[in-house]
Amino acid sequence: MRTLLYILQKEFIQIFRDKSMLPLIFIVPVMQLLVLSYTATFEIKDVDLIVLDNDRTGTSRDLVVSFSGSPFYNFNGYAENFESAQQLIKTGDADQLLVIEPDFEKNLINENSGEIQLITDAINGNAASMMVAYAQSIIGDFNKNLIINLNPTQQIGIPIQIDALFWYNPELNYITYMVPGILVLLVTVIGMFLGSMNLVKEKEIGTIEQINVTPIKKYQFIAGKLIPFWIIANIDLAIGLLLAFLVFNIPVMGSVSLLFAVASIYLIGILSIGLVISTLTNTMQQAMFISWFFLVIFILMSGLFTPIESMPDWAQIINHANPVSYFIKINRMIMLKGSGFQDILDELIILTAFAVSLFSFSILRYRKTV
Amino acid sequence: MNEREKIIEVKELVKKFGNFTANNKLTFDVFKGEIFGFLGANGAGKTTAIKILCGLSAPTSGFAKVAGWDVGKYPNKVKSNIGYMSQKFSLYNDMTVKENFRFYGGIYGLPGKEISNKTSYYLEKLKMEHTQNVVLNEIPLGWKQKLAFSVANIHDPKVVFLDEPTGGVDPVTRRQFWEMIYETADKGTTVFVTTHYMDEAEYCERVSIMSEGIIEALDTPAKLKEHYGVDTMNDVFIKIAR
Repeated sequence: MRTLLYILQKEFIQIFRDKSMLPLIFIVPVMQLLVLSYTATFEIKDVDLIVLDNDRTGTSRDLVVSFSGSPFYNFNGYAENFESAQQLIKTGDADQLLVIEPDFEKNLINENSGEIQLITDAINGNAASMMVAYAQSIIGDFNKNLIINLNPTQQIGIPIQIDALFWYNPELNYITYMVPGILVLLVTVIGMFLGSMNLVKEKEIGTIEQINVTPIKKYQFIAGKLIPFWIIANIDLAIGLLLAFLVFNIPVMGSVSLLFAVASIYLIGILSIGLVISTLTNTMQQAMFISWFFLVIFILMSGLFTPIESMPDWAQIINHANPVSYFIKINRMIMLKGSGFQDILDELIILTAFAVSLFSFSILRYRKTV
Repeated sequence: MNEREKIIEVKELVKKFGNFTANNKLTFDVFKGEIFGFLGANGAGKTTAIKILCGLSAPTSGFAKVAGWDVGKYPNKVKSNIGYMSQKFSLYNDMTVKENFRFYGGIYGLPGKEISNKTSYYLEKLKMEHTQNVVLNEIPLGWKQKLAFSVANIHDPKVVFLDEPTGGVDPVTRRQFWEMIYETADKGTTVFVTTHYMDEAEYCERVSIMSEGIIEALDTPAKLKEHYGVDTMNDVFIKIAR
């Protein structure tokens, strides 16, 4: 125990003496949270719309006005002809092109049906479907008004009315959804990078040789490497939660102590992965590359950006071995839904199993012999 | 000489890496308070042997006992009783002199009081009291080597292994370093030292010379010179290592 304290004292001296470490540990996560939460959004705003109006009547103008009045659209003017409209989409100056066919108004009145064409830049499929959905809802409203205006005498009832309630995130705010995930992301990055860099740095400088001829026990040394970053990552999480509340107005609905308990268990697992990497590598470069490899896979597959449910089956199976996805799920549950211990128990058991096995493995992997 | 206590006992020690035999049936003893020179050309197998004696590497066959403990079976017992200083400077450069002493004293299990006593004792002896709060980065190499030697002795080990301790150090500091080695040996600590400086070999009580994994010669410098009919250890070394 005394030995461990001496090791911890040494690690903290080294961490806080390194001038580049402090900003890395405390400023980078704050930046990540502030920048990523705003930018990692799938909400489409300011769709650039151009219109090719071949009808030029009051009705066609009304339709355009309902687009330009929408907060999601930027009306970029009328196109001269189809070719010039095409060119604008090609250069990226327009995202969507609305073509109103000739005799649109006349056909509406005479035949109860007018035609328009909607062309969307679908390079980003997700964004394209959202843009089409926006357009459909605007045109849907426009249609409803048309029906009423064209048949003022008839009462048209709408048979099924949907009364949609959005729970836990009533404003459908994307940031509310992202922040808990990004908090997980930043403690993961801190834990895995710092965990993997630290031990391998001693290998690179050669100080590990001196350590290996001392009677330090393996678990003491590994624990001494893990505990400082475990504390630091928890502090980062606290700063992150505070920012989430102050900047994004996202309080923790559930128990804060439960959240930290889960984070502590999770971080033992992540830091152990870092330590295992540093026992397998000889230089910081190698360690950096391998941690980056795992981080990218873990994070992209974690459900942070895209729902796990929509991934292919094989990816969902692989995700059972992805600690990041469990913690993101738990963190969203605790922060947004106020879930309690019982609700997260399944995921927590798995995270605990990860932590115990990875920590044991890192002790096993660290060899005091050559 | 045989009545002296054996601190290192090595019998038929073999270390193989695949087909390559790094150490071939090494057999020798080192006694309490002796300064034992362990010489050999680069690649002769010195470092491999030292690693085995320090409990860093298990022997393939044969037997080695250091400070009373079998290195293959009780490496941690061996490690508690030895000091080690390698050719590569391996104190922490980003910590102060005092912090380095405290850390190593602490992990060898010295009580806090003793750590500070030892720290002031060594700093006073090295006339480096003024550097105790200086980060090691800012201290010249020769001084650092003397510090590393002191740190390797902080827990009063039975034997201290020095792997080319004076590499890259100026002659004056080298001289001072050897004075420290003599003092340590006088107090009863065995000093097991490798070096490429043949004048340093002359300072040793006994010297072994390795070549291609085998100990070719082992005796006092005087007897070695006599046996090979040359005037300096340098010539002895060249005759054997060729």
